[in-house]
Amino acid sequence: MSDPTEANTTPSAAEPARSTGGGPGGRHARVVLVDDHRMFRTGVQAEIGRTDETGVEVVGEAADVDQAVTVITATRPEVVLLDVHLPGGGGVEVLRRCAPLMADAERPVRFLALSVSDAAEDVIGVIRGGARGYVTKTITGADLIDSVFRVQEGDAVFSPRLAGFVLDAFASTDAPPVDEDLDRLTQREREVLRLIARGYAYKEIAKQLFISVKTVESHVSAVLRKLQLSNRHELTRWATARRLV
Amino acid sequence: MPEAAAAPLAPLTEQRSPRKLYRSSDGRWLGGVARGLAGHLGLPVVWVRLVFVGLFMADGLGALLYAAFWFFVPLGVGGVGEQRSLSLVSTETSADGRRRLVARRPDKGQIVALLLMVVVAMVFVGSVNVGNGAKAYLWPVVLVGAGVALVWRQADNARRARWVEVGRRKRTLSLLRAAAGVVLVTAGVSGVFVLQGSAAHLGSVLQAALAVLVGITLLAGPYLVRMTQDLSEERLMRIRAQERAEVAAHVHDSVLHTLTLIQRNAENAGEVRRLARAQERDLRTWLYKPEGTGKDEADEPADLADAVRGNAAEVEDKHGVPIEVVVVGNCPLDERIGAQMQAAREAMVNAAKYGGEGGAVQVYAEVEGKKVFVSVRDRGPGFDLDGIPADRMGVRESIIGRMERNGGTARLRAVPGGGTEVELEMERAETS
Repeated sequence: MSDPTEANTTPSAAEPARSTGGGPGGRHARVVLVDDHRMFRTGVQAEIGRTDETGVEVVGEAADVDQAVTVITATRPEVVLLDVHLPGGGGVEVLRRCAPLMADAERPVRFLALSVSDAAEDVIGVIRGGARGYVTKTITGADLIDSVFRVQEGDAVFSPRLAGFVLDAFASTDAPPVDEDLDRLTQREREVLRLIARGYAYKEIAKQLFISVKTVESHVSAVLRKLQLSNRHELTRWATARRLV
Repeated sequence: MPEAAAAPLAPLTEQRSPRKLYRSSDGRWLGGVARGLAGHLGLPVVWVRLVFVGLFMADGLGALLYAAFWFFVPLGVGGVGEQRSLSLVSTETSADGRRRLVARRPDKGQIVALLLMVVVAMVFVGSVNVGNGAKAYLWPVVLVGAGVALVWRQADNARRARWVEVGRRKRTLSLLRAAAGVVLVTAGVSGVFVLQGSAAHLGSVLQAALAVLVGITLLAGPYLVRMTQDLSEERLMRIRAQERAEVAAHVHDSVLHTLTLIQRNAENAGEVRRLARAQERDLRTWLYKPEGTGKDEADEPADLADAVRGNAAEVEDKHGVPIEVVVVGNCPLDERIGAQMQAAREAMVNAAKYGGEGGAVQVYAEVEGKKVFVSVRDRGPGFDLDGIPADRMGVRESIIGRMERNGGTARLRAVPGGGTEVELEMERAETS
């Protein structure tokens, strides 16, 4: 568990490099794995941890909330792969205690939730806790690496299922167009989310809608922001009705 | 005395034992004695009640008899006559209706019964000719009787609530009733004492009674409290044990079986994957849907989400290709949506068969207003509708034709990233 002192190579924003999924391409991300199953950590490490090929460097691992907070504070990774169900309070607790690190303007720590659960309460919970994305453990190695870099750059990563939940949440609240647009999804954002829910990759969405991948990403990030900010009682009601909160 | 303890433990198995006398818990006015007897003897309940009233006129013999029955005969669900004779307590005895009966009916019946009792007592007082000295004791005795009846009925209710497991009985109400009973009895008893002495002694008698009551409470209170605590704790443990047994049974039935199958098919990767996915799905439904435990339910899907998931699960099992389902919104199934579901199923089968090697098949269903949209996409080699021989009807008939016949549209297209997507759109029927 070394803490390399080399300067972080700035991730290239070139789209072709991002879309290849693997390969260094000048990209580098320092990652901490948080999961209570050692087998799973080992698996992920083997899958994405070959730094030369993937550009991902696993700088730390943790198995519970306390350990996670310690390791994250000590190593200051760029991305944390966070399991939702953890001994000691769960992923949400880690997010809560790492809030100052997330808010750091210089070197923000970003969280990508990685869970076997795709139950709505877990998903919505960690996203509102501040995670920048949510992927399930069925994800392929290449996609996971891709997601890590995307999160590192500050974008949001939605799995199809998460997109479905979000659409569902906003669908019920969108019916009466009341207050400002802050809480509501724009037509474009809905479109993008819908395509994500249908299993499209960002790149494919860009082609489909004749926009750039960057635009897709900004739409998705906007959705994420709205999801975190949204305090409309409608959303709460939706969650309560499904026993999510 | 019949074994009273057996009744609460196994009420359902015991309720049809033919020749055992129980007091009826349904449609009773007071203790359920008359109804129970009527059911037992096969007589109309009115007759039994009339007999009791008649006997009551005979120097209160009926009341004594009734009290004896009440005391010794356990409350049960058996021995209830089918017909409900009188309108005031007409209740249904359906499995569910009984539950509701507990919640709202008993008070009405009780009020009627108490009123009747008062009326009959008046008649009794008027008709019976007792000596002046004895007559003075009558009202206290009636008071005591009413109080006792109230408390005993209360106990019956509590016991019945335990079988039916109605957790939401109003505690305050039951406490109030018990208190009212105690007050009545106390008033009656002190009345007797007062009559024995004179009105001047009322104060001291009341004081003494109060002192005795407080003493008894102090002595018995701790035991009572501990007993109720133990009882509730024991009940909680039992519920937990039951839950654990259920989990164990489920884990044994499905998970262990699947694991065994997986071990046996270890070299067959496709089969292992199929088994694991089926098990995962099963476990998920079981964990996250406490009400409907998946397998036990009828095969008929109730709404769109169920139908889509069910179809996907079947195709997944049959073809061994993972299918990821995302459903946004939900609506009940109607004829058109049913047709759409069949088309979607066909699309899933196609995707699994021809596009499955490219990764998971993705199914997305959305209900927006009156429109239902379903998309099925795979990441296979792609698909050209024009390149398919005219005699192959699968896509043309099963998917496109079916959708169009039912007033919807189907579109097939190649996806930018490779693979095929089938889009199905349908309006819901007007009636919904």
